[in-house]
Order: sequence, then C-alpha cells, then structure tokens
Amino acid sequence: MPINILMPALSPTMTEGTLARWHKKEGDQIKAGDLLAEIETDKATMEVEAVDEGSLGKILIADGTMNVSVNSVIAILLEEGETEKDIDLSALKAVAPATKTSVEPTKETIVAQPPVSVSALASSERPFASPLAKRIALDKNISLASIQGSGPHGRIIKRDVESLTAGTMRQPTGPEFTDKPLSTMRTIIAQRLSESKQTVPHFYLTVDCSVDTVLSARKSLNETLADQGKKLTVNDFVLWACSRALQDNPNANVSWMGDRIRHYRDADIAIAVAIEGGLVTPIVRQSQIKDLISLSEEVKTLVKKAHASQLRPEEFQGGSFSISNLGMYGIQSFQAIINPPQACILAVGAVEERPVVDNGRLVAKSMMNCTLSVDHRAIDGAVAAALLSSIKKYLENPWILLAKG
Amino acid sequence: MEKFDLIVIGAGPGGYVAAIRGAQLGLKTAIIEKEHLGGVCLNWGCIPTKALLKSAELYQTIQHAEEFGISVKGLKFDFNKIVERSRAVSKQLSGGISHLLKKNKVTVFMGTAQLKGSGILEVSTNDGKKQSFQAAHIILATGARSRVLEGFEPDGHLVWTAKEAMVPTSLPESLLIIGSGAIGVEFASFYATFGTKITLVEMQDRILPVEDHDISALARKALEKRKIEIHTSTIVQSLKKHPNTIMATFLHGNKTQTLETFDRVIMAVGIQGNVENLGLEKTKAKIEKGQIKVNEFCETDEKGLYAIGDVAGAPWLAHKASHEGILCVEKIAGHKVHPLPRTNIPGCTYSTPQIASIGLTEQAAKEKGLAIRVGKFPYQANGKALAMGEPEGLIKTIFDAKTGELLGAHMIGAEVTELIQGFSIAKTLETTEAELMQAVFPHPTLSEMMQESVLSAYGKPIHF
Repeated sequence: MPINILMPALSPTMTEGTLARWHKKEGDQIKAGDLLAEIETDKATMEVEAVDEGSLGKILIADGTMNVSVNSVIAILLEEGETEKDIDLSALKAVAPATKTSVEPTKETIVAQPPVSVSALASSERPFASPLAKRIALDKNISLASIQGSGPHGRIIKRDVESLTAGTMRQPTGPEFTDKPLSTMRTIIAQRLSESKQTVPHFYLTVDCSVDTVLSARKSLNETLADQGKKLTVNDFVLWACSRALQDNPNANVSWMGDRIRHYRDADIAIAVAIEGGLVTPIVRQSQIKDLISLSEEVKTLVKKAHASQLRPEEFQGGSFSISNLGMYGIQSFQAIINPPQACILAVGAVEERPVVDNGRLVAKSMMNCTLSVDHRAIDGAVAAALLSSIKKYLENPWILLAKG
Repeated sequence: MEKFDLIVIGAGPGGYVAAIRGAQLGLKTAIIEKEHLGGVCLNWGCIPTKALLKSAELYQTIQHAEEFGISVKGLKFDFNKIVERSRAVSKQLSGGISHLLKKNKVTVFMGTAQLKGSGILEVSTNDGKKQSFQAAHIILATGARSRVLEGFEPDGHLVWTAKEAMVPTSLPESLLIIGSGAIGVEFASFYATFGTKITLVEMQDRILPVEDHDISALARKALEKRKIEIHTSTIVQSLKKHPNTIMATFLHGNKTQTLETFDRVIMAVGIQGNVENLGLEKTKAKIEKGQIKVNEFCETDEKGLYAIGDVAGAPWLAHKASHEGILCVEKIAGHKVHPLPRTNIPGCTYSTPQIASIGLTEQAAKEKGLAIRVGKFPYQANGKALAMGEPEGLIKTIFDAKTGELLGAHMIGAEVTELIQGFSIAKTLETTEAELMQAVFPHPTLSEMMQESVLSAYGKPIHF
C-alpha cells in the first residue's frame, strides 16, 4: 500500500519547520537514499532522504510551505504496481497543508518516517568543539556558541576557550543578578512618581537661556565673596530667577487640589538633591524675599543636611515648585516628573558653549537648556509659558539684582 | 635572471616536503641539494639506522628462537652485508624523492647556494657552473651535523660520528659512546647485539635525559641487562689516541678519575645547525646558539627568508622539519596556519627496548605547577606482550587533573614507536580521558595497554 512520507523532526525540540524545496516531482522514480527535499528550521537546513523505493505519487505540501508540523504527511510514495488511485486521500484529511496543530502519526505512518541526513555542519545540536575545549568551557561556564573556532574547519579547540578566558572578551563574574530589598525612600519615590506620571497630565516647555552674563556676574561676585568664604553656583542664580519669576506669575505658583486650585503666597522652592540610595527635595522657604547670597547659603546648608540624612520633615515636605539640575553631569536637556501636589518642576541642563545666531551673525554663546514640566490641570500653556519666559528673563539679565534685589 | 616563487635550500625531510607542498600550491619552486636528496634522514640518519637496527632485532630474535620452540643451528651474521642492506634501503628511498620532486614539477639543482642580497641566490652546481636566481621566498632547510667538541674532533678512524658509525668496515670489539640521547642509545643497542662491549657515558644523572624519569630508569635497567656499561654524571675529560685504540679519561661525579681503552669512540653529544656559507651575514637573519632564529611561523628577521627543521632548532626530528616545511609554505601561500605546538611532537628511539614519548614528562608537568593524574601499565600484564615474548615495558600517561587533558605519554617496550601515534592523534584532537576510555581497543594487542594506562590514571585499571 502507498507509503506516507512524513515531515521529519530534525532535532528533539523541533515541532515544525519549513519545507524549503522538493528535489523530486510527482511521478519521479525514487530509490532509497535519494535526496527528496530540503527542510529548514530556524537553526539549519537539512536534507530528507528516501528510505523506501517507489514513485512519488503525490506531493501534499508544496515548496516553501512554512510551519509544517513534525510527522504530518508531506507526500505519498507509491510502491511497484500501485497507481494514484491507491492513494486514500480521505485518510489524510486531517493533515491539511501548513497546519499549525500537531498531527498525531498513526501506526502505519511511523513505519515510513524518513531518516535525516545532516548536511549543515553548523547544526546547533552539537557544538563543533574538541572534547577538551568542551570540558574547559563547561568548567569555566563559557558558552561554546559565543566562540569562534580556530581549529581545522572552524573547530573550537582548547586555545580558543583559553584565549577567551585570558583575553579581551573577559567573562563577567558573579551571579547574573542579585535582588536587593527596597529601602523606605525607594518605596516612596516609586510610589509617588508612578502616581504623578500616571495621574498628573504633564506638558513640557523648553527654552534655551543665554547665560554669559550670569557667568560673568558669578565670577565677579565670587571674587568679591572669596574672603567671606562664600561661593555662588549657577544653580543659585536659577533658584533666584525662579523665586522672582514665581512672584511675578502668581497664577503659576499653585497646586491642583482636586476640587479647587490652591494659590500660594510664598515661593517655597524644592531643590532635588541626589543622595545615597535615592533623592530628597529640601525646600527653600519664602525664597521670593531672600537675596541671592542668602538663597545660596540656605541651599548649601540644606544639601549638607540632606547628605547627612539630618533633614527634618518640615524641611522637605510641601513646596510649590521644584528645581532639578543635572547640568553637572553634562546632561543637555531632560524632562522631570512633577512632585505632587506641586504643579511645576524645572529641569536644568548643562551650560555649554554653542554657536548661536545673534543679529544675523554666528557667535559662540554659553547656553543652558531649561525644561519646565507643568501640571495642566492647574496651569495652562500660556501661564506656564509666561512663567518660563520670566525665568529666562531673570537668568539672562541678572543685573536686575541691582535694581530689585 | 630566472625567477622562482620559492627556492628551498636543502632537500632533507624539511626541504623536500616544503618544495613539494609549495609546488602543489601553485608556486614555481626550485630546490637545491648539495649531496643526497632526502638529506641526513634518508641517507645518514633515521632510515639507514632503522635498517641496521632491524638486522640487530632479527638477530636477537633468532638468538632467542629456542624460547619459542624453534631450533636454529649455525647462526651467523655478515656485518658487511648488514651495512650493505642499510645503504641499499637509503638509496632506494632517495630515488623515490627524486621521482616525487619530478612528479610535482619542482626544479632540482644539485649544488650549493648562497644568498646575494634580498631575494637573490647564487647557485654553484656540482658541474662547476654558477647561476643566479631570484625568489620571493627562500626557505633554508640546510639541516644539521653532529656537534663537535674541542679535543674530541671526529677523525673518521678512531673517533666516529653517527655517519661513520653507520658504515663500519668491521665490528669493533669495544666501543665508547659519548652521549646517551636517542642516537647514542640506538648505536649502543645496535653494536651490543653483535657482541661489541659498549660503554655509554652521560654527563647528566640519567640516560635519555629528555625522557620521563621512569622511562630513563627502565631503559637503563634494560640496557644494563644487555651488558651495556652505563656511566651517568660522568664526563670524558680526554681521549688519547693510539694507532688502533683510544684511551679515555673519565671523571665520575667530579670526584674519581678512571682510564679505559676502547677500539672506537662515537660522539653523540647533540647536533649543530648548518648555518655556514649561506650568505646569512648579508641578511637581517640572526644566528643564535648555532641555529637560525625564527618565529613560530619559521620566519627569520629577513623578509622573505625562512628556516625550517634542524637548522632552526630543536627538537631535531625529521617529522618536526616536515611539519614546519608545510606550515611555512602554506603561510607563504596565504593560508591560515597555526604554529606547531611543541608538546604535540612525538619522539622515538629505536633501540631494544624501544622508547617513544609525546608531551610533558611527569616532572615537567609538576614544574609547571599542574595538578596531574598519572597512569602506568606494565607489559607484564598484557596478553599480547607475553605472547610475543616481550614482557618488559611500561606505558605511562599523564593527565591534567582539572581538565582531563592528555598532557603526556611515555612508553618503553616492544613496538612503542608504532603505538605512540595513537596518543599523537589523541593530543591533536584534544581528547580527554573520557574518550580514551570510551574508545574500543582491539584484543589482543599491545595497544590495549594504552587504554589501561589511562584507566590506571583514573584509578580503575582492569587488568592490573
């Protein structure tokens, strides 16, 4: 009776593959050992050889068919004296082409399971490596798959494994990962910022500020302050600019309270400080009435306390506005997440010299990017834009200090 | 000026193999040989000595025929015929090389060659003509000769080198052999068989100093059993020649002096490279300790100039020279090649008993700080060895305890020179003890002992 030719399993784990190409066509005479077809898996291409003799009665799975299940009937071989009429297609109905479901082979079909001749040396089933190389790799926990063999025909030999361990491609040591328990601070950061990013409708405004004047003012002032042991940072100017801008834009100095909007009298500005294991945001209270040097000194004290974990709760709770400055890391610009119930956070980038067109001429200027994240529930675009341009105005014209303090 | 891609100087087992491989790879190749195709190996080394030793072995076997139930009466030997046979074998093989070179279209010049600047060679052929050739690549494969010590210069009459020892006109009654490396031990074995009284002198504290200590000890025992007198830690201070004898003064362990008279002396104290008259001084190539300095690909410091085989240093073995020849030429032809690991080169001594080894000795492995496993299996416990009447011998294997790498194998006894290739293949394929245990060795054979030695290294020998 006609013999079913089955989709072979090229590896113990193979469940389906692609019937790449038939090497025989219907009606061809087949001898045992003839190359019938090529099968592809994601790993290799292999050849299917005939086990039995006869003529190829019917091809059921065409060239190029993908996802052919292992053990499904791909063709039918007719033995001597048999014709196409002997093929009982109804018995094969279950094996529609390209079926995704696995077809259970019947007892009859198992008999006809074709053997597989492996043509590709690079089959991933067996690493092409010397026994010694395999042993050393196993011992040193190195995957042979990552090694280029230098022996005959690319065989991986001892030298290859040893040069890998001794050479540039040093293997990482220690466990792949370790789980560390969460600190209270980390739990709070995760909770608050997730909540903020998920519930606060953020929008972002960005400006570039020309800070040459701030830099020269800072330089002059620091020369004067040197004998008092005081030193102003660029961030002190940012804080000062924000405090004055919030005073000028009271509609931006607010909080969304769910059923109302809270307007603040004072510009209580939080400064994000990175500390061991997380960050804290100590607050400079009533910044709008403090002069530049007072602001600077206060920030210094708060940062010191933050690093020493000596901040009292009232020193980091509340506030209406935050400043996060990553300029010292060379970050050009970024967008910060609002710290509720505050409605704004200013992300300050690094000061860098950039080519700028000024009055039609290309000049080098010290520029600093400021990106304001805003809670749209409390503040609309125009209000936020006014605030940010106000900050920019103070930063670009620090001489206002002389007139307004 | 005729141009070649490759010219090889010297047609020994390094040179002729390099030339054939070069021609096979499509290089227009010439080879220059001053004396015999096949070099020392075929004409004055490996092959003729093996022919002599076969005669010795056969004679010894017949001497012991009674043990096998065979009676032989009137056993005699004709020393001249033994030497003649040895020469005939060499001649036959040398002719074979000529045919191989011709078949591979290598141009052969019989004569000498000198470097005349970069890539230029002047060849003086034996018919008195001089010709210059240009070659992009020149391989020096000029080989080596017996090392000569001051005051012990061979004279071809009383003081021999291996070459004279191979073509004696008569059998000396007593023979002093200075040096107990492979050459010294082979001649000791050969002459002892035919009744010469042998004294073997070694400066170091054991004979066959490159071999494993266990093997040295067993070899000494076996040779002494054959009435060979062995003096280790002994130096020959002087040789005083008489018309037909020679008197040697020995200094034993820096203390006692003794005098002894011998018919002949064989100098077997190593070899020195043939580095002279090649015009090397006109190149950047350097000579260090009588050999041409090369890198792991046989390249000298002069671009396009290479040296292989004995002239490029130890181990002085024909198969090392051939391998280097192939490696060197394949690199020239642009193939990707790897240096030949020294520890994968087997060495053989064809004395009775035979000695063969590959890789690290136990001592060398320990000096390298390796944790090792050592296996030993004696001939006494092998059926085939007993059937052959060869109950003496040992197969010793050394493994890296951590990786299972076969670090070395050391053998003494019947046919070990034919057995060692199994360990050669094992080492080249980087098999571990696991595959050597898994492989099926036929019974009854001597080779079974190789597996038993491996099993012994892992504490599970079956037959011992």
